[in-house]
Amino acid sequence: MTVLEWNEQRLGVTGTVRPVVTAPAEVLSQPSPPVDPSDPQIVQLAADLVATMRVSPGCVGLAAPQVGVAAQVFCVDTSGHPRSKICHGTFVLCNARIVSATRWERGREGCMSVPHLTGDVKRATRLTVAGQLPGTGEEVVIETNAFEARALQHEIDHCAGLLFLDRVPGPHAVYARKVYL
Amino acid sequence: MGELAVTVIGHDRPGIIADVSEALARLALNLSDSTMTLLRGHFAMTLICTGEASASQVEQELAPLTAQGSLLVSVREVTPEVTPVGAGEPYVLSVHGADRLGIVAAVTRVIAEAGGNVTDLTTRLSDGFYVLLAQIDLPPGTDVAGLTARLEAVGRDLNVGVGLRPAEVDVF
Ligand SMILES: [Zn+2]
Repeated sequence: MTVLEWNEQRLGVTGTVRPVVTAPAEVLSQPSPPVDPSDPQIVQLAADLVATMRVSPGCVGLAAPQVGVAAQVFCVDTSGHPRSKICHGTFVLCNARIVSATRWERGREGCMSVPHLTGDVKRATRLTVAGQLPGTGEEVVIETNAFEARALQHEIDHCAGLLFLDRVPGPHAVYARKVYL
Repeated sequence: MGELAVTVIGHDRPGIIADVSEALARLALNLSDSTMTLLRGHFAMTLICTGEASASQVEQELAPLTAQGSLLVSVREVTPEVTPVGAGEPYVLSVHGADRLGIVAAVTRVIAEAGGNVTDLTTRLSDGFYVLLAQIDLPPGTDVAGLTARLEAVGRDLNVGVGLRPAEVDVF
């Protein structure tokens, strides 16, 4: 199966919305352990992540540590976003790792788990990521760019216990974020 | 719980921030927001702290810093501000060119007339080359194209390049 064909119905379980944890929660700054993608608990977590992302306005990605679970799992959906170029729709990856990253550009990022700050972060705009699909455990490789690439790097960072704040290039690259919703 | 605004300006040396923050800690003052930079080599720090100490107590505690006359300290009691919610869209304004008298005044006046509020500003002059970077909140519904045109006109008059772009924030 390709990532493009994947959607949360493949998980076969209904997702439950979980509360999003915010910094300084310990789970956000600790590296998460790898998971067994076929573990029913991980399949449920995958469904819950997608469900929580769906109900959060403007949310295009969510990692397990953000719902308080130390696990290398995250979901992404950049469909319809104006800065999205290559887009693989909704997908969940387990144990994702970056295979190659090039063409670094600075952009301003915020995070649901750091609701009051934004920061300028350099990210690769050409990206190859490998990981496993939850349930089947099938190994997939995703080649992407632009906005989806940034989202993937942000979520992989969450699984490594890193926030965008750990990547800002200097003291004057962090800004107060007003809530515009 | 009161809020105090402290500014420290003067001759730079290692340890000023440690000295200031230790003095505040001795008075059980909590440092909330602060910013520090070197402006043309001068140490410049502004901070907001909260606690029970009065402005004069803080001035007294910081007195050793000002004793040699190389640092200027001011402490004021301030009223806590309510952070506005939902007002304005963030933009980044950049201006650069040969140094001319009145660049900042001309450009920020145009922003102010549009109801824009500067929330962060840095200007640097190096060897006759002037750079201004500002973060601006524009009121909802601002005619950004019109504002950009007015800024560009001011830029042409002063012979500097002016750019205004949305500070697009991607939230993950
Ligand atoms: Zn995040």
